Amino acid sequence: MAYSDKVIDHYSNPRNVGSFSKDTPGVGTGLVGAPECGDVMKLQIKVNVETGLIEDAKFKTFGCGSAIASSSLATEWLKGRTVDDAAKIKNTDIVNELKLPPVKIHCSVLAEDAIKAALEDYKEKWTKSEAPAGQSAS
Amino acid sequence: MTLKLPIFMDSQSTTPVDPRVLEAMLPYFTEKFGHPASRNHPFGWEAEAAVDNAREQVAKLIGARDPKEVVFTSGGTESINLALKGAAEMYREKGNHIVTTAIDQRATMDVCKRLERQGIEITYVPVGRDGLVSVEEIAKAMTPKTILISVMFANNEIGTIQPVAEIGKLAKEKGVLFHTDAIQAAGKIPVDVEAMGIDLLSATAHLMYGPKGVGALYVRRKNPRVRISPMIDGGGHERGMRSGTVPVPLAVGFGKAAEICREGMAEEGKRLAALRDRLQNLILSKVDEAYLNGHPEKRLPHNLNISFAYVEGESVLMGLNKEVALSSGSACTSATLEPSYVISALGVDSELAHSSIRFGLHRFSTEEEIDFVGRRTVEVVHRLREMSPLYEMAKEGVDLKSLHWKAE
Repeated sequence: MAYSDKVIDHYSNPRNVGSFSKDTPGVGTGLVGAPECGDVMKLQIKVNVETGLIEDAKFKTFGCGSAIASSSLATEWLKGRTVDDAAKIKNTDIVNELKLPPVKIHCSVLAEDAIKAALEDYKEKWTKSEAPAGQSAS
Repeated sequence: MTLKLPIFMDSQSTTPVDPRVLEAMLPYFTEKFGHPASRNHPFGWEAEAAVDNAREQVAKLIGARDPKEVVFTSGGTESINLALKGAAEMYREKGNHIVTTAIDQRATMDVCKRLERQGIEITYVPVGRDGLVSVEEIAKAMTPKTILISVMFANNEIGTIQPVAEIGKLAKEKGVLFHTDAIQAAGKIPVDVEAMGIDLLSATAHLMYGPKGVGALYVRRKNPRVRISPMIDGGGHERGMRSGTVPVPLAVGFGKAAEICREGMAEEGKRLAALRDRLQNLILSKVDEAYLNGHPEKRLPHNLNISFAYVEGESVLMGLNKEVALSSGSACTSATLEPSYVISALGVDSELAHSSIRFGLHRFSTEEEIDFVGRRTVEVVHRLREMSPLYEMAKEGVDLKSLHWKAE
């Protein structure tokens, strides 16, 4: 399969690879996919609790080049957005930006799921109660 | 000497034509273009003699007693189709059961699925962790309705070599035909239809440095005389089993390739096994949780298959594909989006099936290439592990199996 230049760029120079400690205030973690399916994404956002702005984002992905590129792109897009704005990122935006072929659309879906999971985790932990809740199920 | 990139290391998919093979083929495209079935003029005689010679060269490679037992086809897939469908139809009165293995190649699987829809019963005998099928399991799977055992000689992904001679013996004892898909084995390791009790054997030229588009089905003529129904009707070529003009240049190339393989087999096998072992050591000594797939000894000399835990196969290939041509059992590299059924059938964790990489060495592989491929593979796997959440979790002591994964 031929890859688009953008997929190759994100694969070769992935943005924002890494992890935040899950207990850091404002950090939301999404972990989606399954090893036996060949795709697992961990996507984290670090939100300024005062302003509601996503100040930083990081990812780690087990998966094909398109999965790595999708999550790398997602972290790029998340930075600087408000939490509400971040929820508007759709998998189709990722498909269009990376020119993913039909067989790779599931990679973009997984990235959208990871964004949603990270946002939910953030809300769960840092907006509902004072004390951080327990770690997310995943 | 500078290394020429990209390096081809996918020789279980195909091989380059040996220049000596091409040289032998060339005259048969132009000045010696006759039809081998033209019985009444020198053009035909010349072509027929060339095809007969090629038939003999192929027969010699597989230990066939009589060159007439070699039927030229368009390649391995056609040979398998002809063997299985041809035998199933011909022996329908005798029975309707075929025994094969869980790791036989795609062509065999797909033919078996079609035959199942036509009322043939198929048993897919499982294999062990090392990819070996047990002869006892095959014996147990047999019924009075069994007409054919079809077991691949050596596996195309993991290179495991099956106990073919023992299976041949079993087939003889039970009075059942034995077909082996020797597409990966022929020309690489000793194959002897007489000594191994093989009744039908599929082979292809392009995996032994011959041209694409030609293969052979060996059909035993004596003890027992095997008959198969043809799939292609026409001029009755190839003893009526495969009508259609024999592609003379391709057949000549196949014959020459078989001859070269036979003459150099021992030496070439030794050289490639040493290079393969070197590659294996290079990688396994530098990467933790990398696992050899297949049998450690009973395997093709030019095959190496390794699963790298925590990284996905296609992403490994992507990191290397400008420099090295390899293959992976990852779902993302297959048309079906399923991980390798061969690696899965070994009973390894399914995520390791997504992580398998196949290295296929060949006649023109060099030590320099091996060292380069080994070094680059290690680098890419390490880089990908740095961005793998699974590797991170495993290093933190998280038991990945205890987690409830939210699959798509």
